[in-house]
Amino acid sequence: MSSNNLIELSGTLLYTAFFLYLIATVFFSFTIGNKRKSDGKAGKIGITLTIIGFLSQFAYFITRWMGSGHAPVSNLFEFMTFFGMAIVLGFIIIYFIYKLSVLGLFALPVALIIIAYASMFPTEVSPLIPSLQSHWLYIHVTTVSLAQGILTISFVAGLIYLIRQVDQTKTTKQTTWLEITIYSLILFVGFILASTLFNVMNYNATFEYPTTGNTTVETEYHMPAIAGPTDGTLLTDGVMEPWFETPGWMHGADAGRKFNTLIWSFIFGTGLYLLLRLVFRKRIGAAIQPLVKNAKPDLLDEIGYRAVAIGFPVFTLGGLIFAAIWAEEAWGRFWGWDPKEVWALITWFFYAAYLHLRLSRGWHGEKSAWLAVVGFAIIMFNLIVVNLVLAGLHSYA
Amino acid sequence: MKRIKCECGHVNPEGTVLCEACGKPIEENQHIDGNDKKKLLNMRYDGTARRSQTYNKSIVDKIWSFFSSVKVGVWLIVLALIASAIGSIFPQEQYIPADAASRDPAIFYEERYGIFGLIFYQLGFHNLYSSWWYMILIALIGVSLVICSLDRFVPLFKALRNQKAKRHETFLNRQRLFSETDEVTNEDLESVKQGLKNQRYKLTEEDGHILAEKGRFSRWGPYVNHIGLIIILLAALLRTTPLFYMDEYVWVREGEQVVLPGTDQAYYIENKDFIIENHNPNDERFEEAIAEEGGEVPSNYQTNVAIYQAQEPEVTGAEPELQKIIDSNIRMNQPAKFDGYAVYQSGYQLNEFSSMSFKIHETDDPDEDALGSFTVDLTSPESEYELENGFRVEVTNYYPDYYLDDNGEPASETNYPRNPAFVMMVHPPDGSEPEISFLGIGKNIDATGENDYKVGITNFETHDVSGLSIRKDYSLPYFLVGAIIFMIGVIQGMYWQHRRVWIRPKDNGILLAAHTNKNWHGVTKDIEKSISGTNVNMVKDQQELDE
Repeated sequence: MSSNNLIELSGTLLYTAFFLYLIATVFFSFTIGNKRKSDGKAGKIGITLTIIGFLSQFAYFITRWMGSGHAPVSNLFEFMTFFGMAIVLGFIIIYFIYKLSVLGLFALPVALIIIAYASMFPTEVSPLIPSLQSHWLYIHVTTVSLAQGILTISFVAGLIYLIRQVDQTKTTKQTTWLEITIYSLILFVGFILASTLFNVMNYNATFEYPTTGNTTVETEYHMPAIAGPTDGTLLTDGVMEPWFETPGWMHGADAGRKFNTLIWSFIFGTGLYLLLRLVFRKRIGAAIQPLVKNAKPDLLDEIGYRAVAIGFPVFTLGGLIFAAIWAEEAWGRFWGWDPKEVWALITWFFYAAYLHLRLSRGWHGEKSAWLAVVGFAIIMFNLIVVNLVLAGLHSYA
Repeated sequence: MKRIKCECGHVNPEGTVLCEACGKPIEENQHIDGNDKKKLLNMRYDGTARRSQTYNKSIVDKIWSFFSSVKVGVWLIVLALIASAIGSIFPQEQYIPADAASRDPAIFYEERYGIFGLIFYQLGFHNLYSSWWYMILIALIGVSLVICSLDRFVPLFKALRNQKAKRHETFLNRQRLFSETDEVTNEDLESVKQGLKNQRYKLTEEDGHILAEKGRFSRWGPYVNHIGLIIILLAALLRTTPLFYMDEYVWVREGEQVVLPGTDQAYYIENKDFIIENHNPNDERFEEAIAEEGGEVPSNYQTNVAIYQAQEPEVTGAEPELQKIIDSNIRMNQPAKFDGYAVYQSGYQLNEFSSMSFKIHETDDPDEDALGSFTVDLTSPESEYELENGFRVEVTNYYPDYYLDDNGEPASETNYPRNPAFVMMVHPPDGSEPEISFLGIGKNIDATGENDYKVGITNFETHDVSGLSIRKDYSLPYFLVGAIIFMIGVIQGMYWQHRRVWIRPKDNGILLAAHTNKNWHGVTKDIEKSISGTNVNMVKDQQELDE
């Protein structure tokens, strides 16, 4: 098989995995009414589909690797997709320990959102630049990703705990923060909707703007420009004029285009959120609360803790130790305070603090669940904001 | 010292919360673990007497208590976390981009990030991770690690060694997992014991009292991983000394041989060739992505070098004799390593000018026949060139990297011959007044417009320059040992749990209780399996849900 056929096949396998996860989610939703501990047929079908989906995605990973000649973890699309796969693997591991189906009802959608989000970035196979040509690329990246996948399960357990436990009969700080958490997840969906819509419309507007050193560069907007580039001029005719310019203090490659994409994600995400509020006529947290009423809070709490206990050593190994060994090989310094390194350390500090807090009374249950949400926010910050905004050695795309 | 004698006969040190031997709560000490109004026992560190909770008189006691608190430890971690995050808002000084208008931090931060950049710079956040206060924060975490560990490890180790199978009744019924069965036959009891053994519990019996225990070693995990962390912190301290760590950078032209900085003149390096390669833009796999990147994606940066060791010269002061030790092709991710040093491919400069050749001809000669010619070695230009036919050329100004500065004056941006330009005085052989010419790439300016002779560039040669980092780092093995010990400790503590099950006979039945430091789900399943097929009651989870 030629490499291009392999790469094509890998794309099909990824789609297959995506749909299998989707169907598995549906089956997990059938287990909701079930009061017994074992979830009967629906749960079994759900986990079986999840495993087949995982195998399909694993086959995607292998065929893409064979096709491109290097492990597909070298750009944002490949990396985020792998992260989605790691979440699914983390879920499968925890499922076999605790047999809790409701976890799948939330873990799989999170993985689906991540994979869909990933595929909004350029999906072509890109060649490896010299600094990435090392076996440590896949040793380091896959280990970190696996760890983050497992840690995400702690977020999922925490989220279910909060949806189950937060009193929705009155408006409190807790209900507000829970809504913000859910709204943030919906923003990702907003980004996916906006990208897909404008992609289908084949929208394109070219701008020219000055950069440092008296040169100008061109940038292509694939979404109508609400925020144009700083001091930019629109070159394409017959498209929407920008409403305002991206403020000058936003720097980095293509700051204007990224800022504009962010605005559209907020517009679509907020729209979707308001629509859901309109349909349910109550907080989203309140609307989905009945789905999780059969989940036992103490079990959710334990799963959240256990996921961190399993994920933390893996994260240390992949995110700090392997990372340091590679940095030593590539640059001759195992630690350089690059933003990505700093945020890996922050993640590590955070979960270290979590594990120590679990030793004290009063930090189990709801507080732990909130911590798991914050932990996930830090992971996502490191994956997205650090790569796209705080450019450094790790900035992809 | 005030010792506490328990009714079981064991003598406990002052400050004990649960008797080391039988576990009977020492009522007047329950407040130490904040547990005086709770039904369940606080099993942290098995209720041992910890120095930090017992003594609080002298200043040493107070410092000890302060650092042994997990709360303080967590606060230190959180502070380090916040500080680290702040440092990543804007690039650190070493990451100021090369294309910045000014790389001087005093200018860069304000110019690019405005008022916030200025504040960032003035607070010293551009070197945050090497600031004294960040170092102190990390050092305090280190102190906290040591004291926390000692405060807990010693008493916990003693308590677990002294523990008896025979436990007080209140110890059992105040555990989180507990059940009482009124009638238990001997067969059933044997079956439970066998069930526990089958799950690799170690059983100790004492007058019919049973302690089943497994995974005690996991209790030492935290202390092991803390030792690993302390080794890493000490290694970081060592690394600040030049004895353990050296970091230098050198630019070497192709064909040039230079001494490797930081090696005490002991090693020389010769740059034989610098190679840059791009991915094939027609590679069917990468076609699209390469086109997106503008057609060029590098695939290799490589410097072919020879490294020489200097031999002691026989006559003092003479040039050292060089002996080649290795030939190496240095690439990204493949440094050259020798005698504890490593040389890394870190930068390059393409097409620097090595020499330029000129000729002189009459200004109005349409054929531009050469009256004389000369070559300037740009790495060491001379100030005057005598030509064969009597012309003399004086180089009055040399700009290796020519540009026009803000005032419109010619200047040199760097000292590297990347865009050489000259002001030359041509002295004709007849001794008449010299003429001024300005020469550069694509520039040949006759300032007066009245020159009889013209200088023209006939040829030039270029070379590439490699930027190489030289490192010596003897602290690496210590970091590695620290990291390995940390991983062993953290796996030991996280992937195993210390589970204990106690059985105490009572009349015709038994009391059954269990404790684990993590994973209650696991220990519950263990008990479920062990008692299956008997009439022993399953333990109830008595956890008092969150306060």
